[in-house]
Amino acid sequence: MASVLRFAVTVVTTIFGLLLVTFFIGRVVPIDPVLAIVGDRAPAHLYERTRIELGLNLPLYQQFWIYTKQALSGDLGTSVLTSNPVLEDIKRVFPATMELATIGTLIGAILGIPLGVLAAVRRGSLADQIVRVIGLIGYSVPIFWLGLLALVLFYAQLRWAAFPGRVDVVYEYSFTPQTGFYLLDAAMQGQWEVVWDLFRHIALPGALLGYFSLAYISRMTRSFMLNELSQEYVVAARAKGLSEPRIIWFHALRNAAVPLVTVIALSYANLLEGSVLTETIFSWPGLGLYITNSLQNADMNAVLGGTLVIGAVFVGINIFSDLLYRTLDPRTRSR
Amino acid sequence: MLHSFKGRIRLLTTGAALAVMLAVAPQAFAITPKDTLVIGLAFDDIITLDPGQAFEFSAGEIGGNSYDRLVRLDIADTSKVKPDLAESWTVSDDGLTYTFKLKSGLKFASGNPITAEDVAYSFERSVKIDGPPAFILNQFGLKKDNITSKAVAKDANTFVLTVDQPYAPSFVLNCLTATVAAVVDKKLVSQHVTNDDYGNAWLKTNFAGSGPYKVREWRANEVIVLERNDNYWGEKPKLNRVIYRHMKESAAQRLALDNNDIDVARNLEPNDIDAVAKKGTTITSQPKGSVFYFSLNQKNPNLKKPEVVEAMKYLVDYDAIGATLIKGVGEIHQTFLPKGILGSIDDKPYKLDVAKAKELLAKAGLKDGFSVTMDVRNTQPTTGIAESIQQTFGQAGIKMEIIPGDGKQTLTKYRARTHDIYIGLWGVDYWDPNSNAETFTSNPNNADDGTTKTLAWRNAWDIPELTKETKTGFLERDSAKRAAIYANLQKKVLQSGPFVLVYQQTEVAGVGKGVKDFKLGPTFDTNYVFNVSKD
Repeated sequence: MASVLRFAVTVVTTIFGLLLVTFFIGRVVPIDPVLAIVGDRAPAHLYERTRIELGLNLPLYQQFWIYTKQALSGDLGTSVLTSNPVLEDIKRVFPATMELATIGTLIGAILGIPLGVLAAVRRGSLADQIVRVIGLIGYSVPIFWLGLLALVLFYAQLRWAAFPGRVDVVYEYSFTPQTGFYLLDAAMQGQWEVVWDLFRHIALPGALLGYFSLAYISRMTRSFMLNELSQEYVVAARAKGLSEPRIIWFHALRNAAVPLVTVIALSYANLLEGSVLTETIFSWPGLGLYITNSLQNADMNAVLGGTLVIGAVFVGINIFSDLLYRTLDPRTRSR
Repeated sequence: MLHSFKGRIRLLTTGAALAVMLAVAPQAFAITPKDTLVIGLAFDDIITLDPGQAFEFSAGEIGGNSYDRLVRLDIADTSKVKPDLAESWTVSDDGLTYTFKLKSGLKFASGNPITAEDVAYSFERSVKIDGPPAFILNQFGLKKDNITSKAVAKDANTFVLTVDQPYAPSFVLNCLTATVAAVVDKKLVSQHVTNDDYGNAWLKTNFAGSGPYKVREWRANEVIVLERNDNYWGEKPKLNRVIYRHMKESAAQRLALDNNDIDVARNLEPNDIDAVAKKGTTITSQPKGSVFYFSLNQKNPNLKKPEVVEAMKYLVDYDAIGATLIKGVGEIHQTFLPKGILGSIDDKPYKLDVAKAKELLAKAGLKDGFSVTMDVRNTQPTTGIAESIQQTFGQAGIKMEIIPGDGKQTLTKYRARTHDIYIGLWGVDYWDPNSNAETFTSNPNNADDGTTKTLAWRNAWDIPELTKETKTGFLERDSAKRAAIYANLQKKVLQSGPFVLVYQQTEVAGVGKGVKDFKLGPTFDTNYVFNVSKD
């Protein structure tokens, strides 16, 4: 019970901190949000009227109080750019980000875990070196740089990948989005041509995110596995005559899986958050691009809303992985 | 050693990635559909599509293609207007009453008939919404409290507009070509009114016009989709759809054009223009109603000195800027009225003359120069021009610091009059000489809380005499005399105004193979796409 309470307090303070920081950053940027609404050539009275409508004439703390109240009741304000409620916009763009991050994490986990295990088992071998270098590159190369290179190579030169974006203009209206995961939607409607087009669009950014996720996951898997493989139960298992694959995949990995869950969850959250750059490069109409565009247009409600949602999802994923952790590892429950 | 190892690994991973891609993707050359024109354009300036409120360049283009007005600018001779929804018009002898006869059998895209009632309603809503372009109508005495008696439907086909002074008819008609005077579908808009907003919120993203194309969808910073309006009264467009894709970068537009993912690239920078031209892309260009200038805030004691103002006009390397930085996207132009507008003169008395500038600075008591800042929007060619000016200023001892910022940032400072030097583009609000004259040479109240924030005001240029003179321009009914007034105003700014005009913008577009009859217009709302066809 106490732990649940402590947990709740942490979540609430985190969200509140997030609100506070994003709100004040939004207010100190040297951009006039009124200009974004009325345009450069608006007459003075119109400018003033809009400023008052936005509540920008009130003291900051009052503005913050109003914003917090509204945010808690699910009202993130209206986006200047799209004129929709921010929450509605986010509902529209967020699935695109999720789709991309999911593909990325899938690639990262499916390839990253075996690679990490391989590196740990054959510690010091060439295979290990390769995996470590892959990890190193993934850690140190900025994603926008690799993204641009990938575009130049696969789009401009080789023309394998499709034009940046999510779906070709030709297919823009040929299927009905339902879940917001276009690949799934188009497949369920039997639109295979569209599925192919969608795939050509998602392949490059998906692979790129997948690579960064893979780098992280393989490195962490390697270190967890090294730790497990030096445990006494492994020695005991070997003494019992269990086969090596069985020891590695069933015993050691089973135990390493516990912290790995956190790693994968964090990697997923990172991809959601890191989508800002990837989406900008690949014109992927997700939350990251939405925030970037809004920022450039001084659409502060949208920026705040987007940041808040990413923050909340981050917290949510952490809670989720924490709960999963408890399920997988009985020892943590009593703590 | 480690280096070469990393190199090998990188090769290996790239190779692996390549192999994967090879396995899954066959060669695919995207080509835009035959019945669709795809345009790459940076349209992040759009705030709304409501013609009663929109005042941004890209929104103007969409409005020009999708909404009709009583009259349109005659592209063949830009000092004239031609009929659009109106068949004919007369001006009363006292110059106060304009009577327009509508063409018969007109329909909106919705199928509703177009009547004088719709025209009157459109004027009423534009004035009452009171958005940024409302002043275009306000200047004729059309205000919120009198609009319903000044813009009247006499019968189904006759619309009567009454103005408050005997303005130059060319001035009034020129202003009616602006999208703020576009005609909207009263019946349709009335169904979407919330809180007496004249359907303003709804029309922001929806459509109620009668033009050659109708707007199917606008997703901010993503896409605008236009579809052929089968109810259009004139010649119908040949293409079913026009799609605008938001693309900010010139390089990205060039790539997409090369790969046939777009048909037309609209924001190409000089080096990209050269590159696509070499590959056989057609380049089309058109001088626009925008002039590029930098202005000197008269609140700064150094910049207030007349000698300094003049010296700075001699410290710009016009030739070099014209030959490199704005090649293809602009032409050197030193007066504030763009070529093509009534009364515009093309005097170019200034060229780079460091010695002369030094002499002037010495006269001003600034022999050793001084320090000053310039707020520069970080886009090309603005940054390049600012750097060129920084360098030529330096030759005369003026140390200029460039403060980079994004458009909204620099503008915020400019409007607060806290800049030293601002550099940027100014486009005419409507196609009439009064538009630029009113902002460059008029400043009714120079106080910090002055309500008319003209460019003269933004630079604290206090000019009661010029302000009066500017007023005489729009009341002169004789066109030749009218032109002379504006010529005189331009000469005065050229001589002593705190505005250093550098060039007039040329809009350029790269047009891909198979696209026919794509032409840019002199204004943004005359960038018509409805004549375009494809092979």
